[in-house]
Amino acid sequence: MTDLPIPPAIIMILGAGLLPFIHKYARYFVVLVTPILACAQVWNIPVGENLLSLNIANFELSLLYGHAYSKIFGTIFTIAAFGAALFGLTQSKLSETVSAFIYAGSALGVVYSGDLISLFLYWELMAISSTLVIFASDRKKSKNAAMRYALMHFLGGVVLLTGIIAYISLTGSSDIVAFNAPTSILIPEFWALDMNAIVMWLILIGVLVNAAVPPFSAWLPDSYPEGSAFGSVYLSAFTTKTAVFVLLTLFPGTEILIYIGMFMIFYGIIWAILENDMRRILSYSIINQVGFMVVGIGIGTEMSLNGAAAHAFAHIIYKALLFMSAGSVLYMTGKSKCSELGGLYRTMHVTAACGIVGALAISAFPLTSGFVSKSMISSAAIHEGMEYVWYGLLAASAGVFLHAGIKFPWFVFFQKDSGMRPKDPPLNMQLAMGIFAALCIIPAIPGWAELTLYKMLPTPTDYKSYTTEHVVSQLQLLLFSGLAFFVLLPLLKRTPTITLDFDWIYRGFGRYIVLGVALMSKLPIRIGRILFKKMLKKSLHMISHIHSPDGVIARAWPIGTTVLWSVAFLGLYLVIYYF
Amino acid sequence: MFKNRQKTIAWAIFTVILLVTLSLEGLMHPHVVFGPEDTLFFNAIFGFLSCVAIVIFSKFLGIFLKRKESYYKEGGND
Repeated sequence: MTDLPIPPAIIMILGAGLLPFIHKYARYFVVLVTPILACAQVWNIPVGENLLSLNIANFELSLLYGHAYSKIFGTIFTIAAFGAALFGLTQSKLSETVSAFIYAGSALGVVYSGDLISLFLYWELMAISSTLVIFASDRKKSKNAAMRYALMHFLGGVVLLTGIIAYISLTGSSDIVAFNAPTSILIPEFWALDMNAIVMWLILIGVLVNAAVPPFSAWLPDSYPEGSAFGSVYLSAFTTKTAVFVLLTLFPGTEILIYIGMFMIFYGIIWAILENDMRRILSYSIINQVGFMVVGIGIGTEMSLNGAAAHAFAHIIYKALLFMSAGSVLYMTGKSKCSELGGLYRTMHVTAACGIVGALAISAFPLTSGFVSKSMISSAAIHEGMEYVWYGLLAASAGVFLHAGIKFPWFVFFQKDSGMRPKDPPLNMQLAMGIFAALCIIPAIPGWAELTLYKMLPTPTDYKSYTTEHVVSQLQLLLFSGLAFFVLLPLLKRTPTITLDFDWIYRGFGRYIVLGVALMSKLPIRIGRILFKKMLKKSLHMISHIHSPDGVIARAWPIGTTVLWSVAFLGLYLVIYYF
Repeated sequence: MFKNRQKTIAWAIFTVILLVTLSLEGLMHPHVVFGPEDTLFFNAIFGFLSCVAIVIFSKFLGIFLKRKESYYKEGGND
């Protein structure tokens, strides 16, 4: 674009700042052009060079540093911002769009931060702006959900900050450098308080909160469904994937991430199967998919790291597409519960078709972007001889088809006739879905992945996804999982219930603690009140005993006598004074 | 067996697709790394059984975890 070192983050944030001051139609233009400009800038930034420094209070902030994976993440973030902007072009509230663009911009800021301090600044800016996106929602419970979201993220931010500060004072540098973290450092002996391990854990946990790793994950399925139909598309793209980027850059090859990731994968699948709200299903699905990326980061080989990044790219597109599809249904019917939906394929042709494409993509069906990206991680597992990890990933792939590939489209668009006949949503929404559906398919055309997706990876990869073996085995896996779905359908009936998650700790159990504390604190007040009343009564009694009209003093000294005596004394005083 | 024609046709087509997928097994030249992988129709069986296991486990967990929608009383004055 130019030779000026303008961070893509600044482009997005400036665009956001411009929006409130211009005319409505100019806004549409700005909102679509800004991400494109930011993307062009992304492709201008070389790897490994610090292009923009700022010196604040003796700290050197690197505001424009291209990491190995910055290009692929920068590209997909700008694409996601464009798609979401197009999706909500005329329908989004201004406050929502402005907050969302700041949100997208700060995600780009994290991706291009060269030092931990600017990373943290953008991290917190992301938390604030994404909270505002949720606040801007038109859903009833969004204010409460936004507050819980903000609390969780600020808590994570504090943990992260503590780790960063400790790291800087420990090592003297704030540069972003990958930790070399063998498990032995991360799980120290109980009696050896290793500062390095503590610092690493603090930073890791701070990042894992944003990555929605259970038990720090409940904020995601709690808040994403409370965003508006348009806001949630933005939300689904940035926070977790920014955390994935940081994990890729700071913690590659950290073995414990493999097990954390495996847990995330199955946790996401199971909770998604139990869910009724369609966007909550998609939210648990995010946790599930991020789990795949975390496993890839944990394995740590070039192939698995590339796989995690490629998967993140494909995931942002198909997840945004799924949220757009769900958002369209929400926008046109006002409903989001599977128990109330069904049969929409009759009238929402585009939405259903795009939703199905997204569902196939997330399942890594051949000819979709998931097929050419996710499998790199399993392939890396095979190369490293990780047998159980590979079986786990295989079972997980079956599970993904189950909870997202089939469950979502089936219950929303087919299943039963809900009686509703909504039309397809407005044109801009259909266009956004169509573009993203195309983006799910184009990189997956045999031979095209190398020209598009793999080009953005930092190191060349000769991974071939269209081998007969891969295609046939994947088809078998997925189609027979589909068979299992329909055979087990009676067991999968949707109920109007919610499923308890880790947020029960502060919403359910926590409520009891707060009640208990409130009761306990009421006790001294109660006691105090009773005592005070008693004392008050007694003193009033005493006072009235002496001073009231029929009290002691009044009885003994009638008024007339008192006056006489007062005058007598005054007279005496007068006499004494003058003589 | 099925209530209406549409459903029967859908199932018939589905079964045909499944059988075709199974028959493609012959085209694979698996370079097997792990033991059980070379069992006949491994992926099909593994996929089916994984899903069954997942669904059953989910139902089991659901017994403990499912609550009415109004569980978290919103609209608090606190």
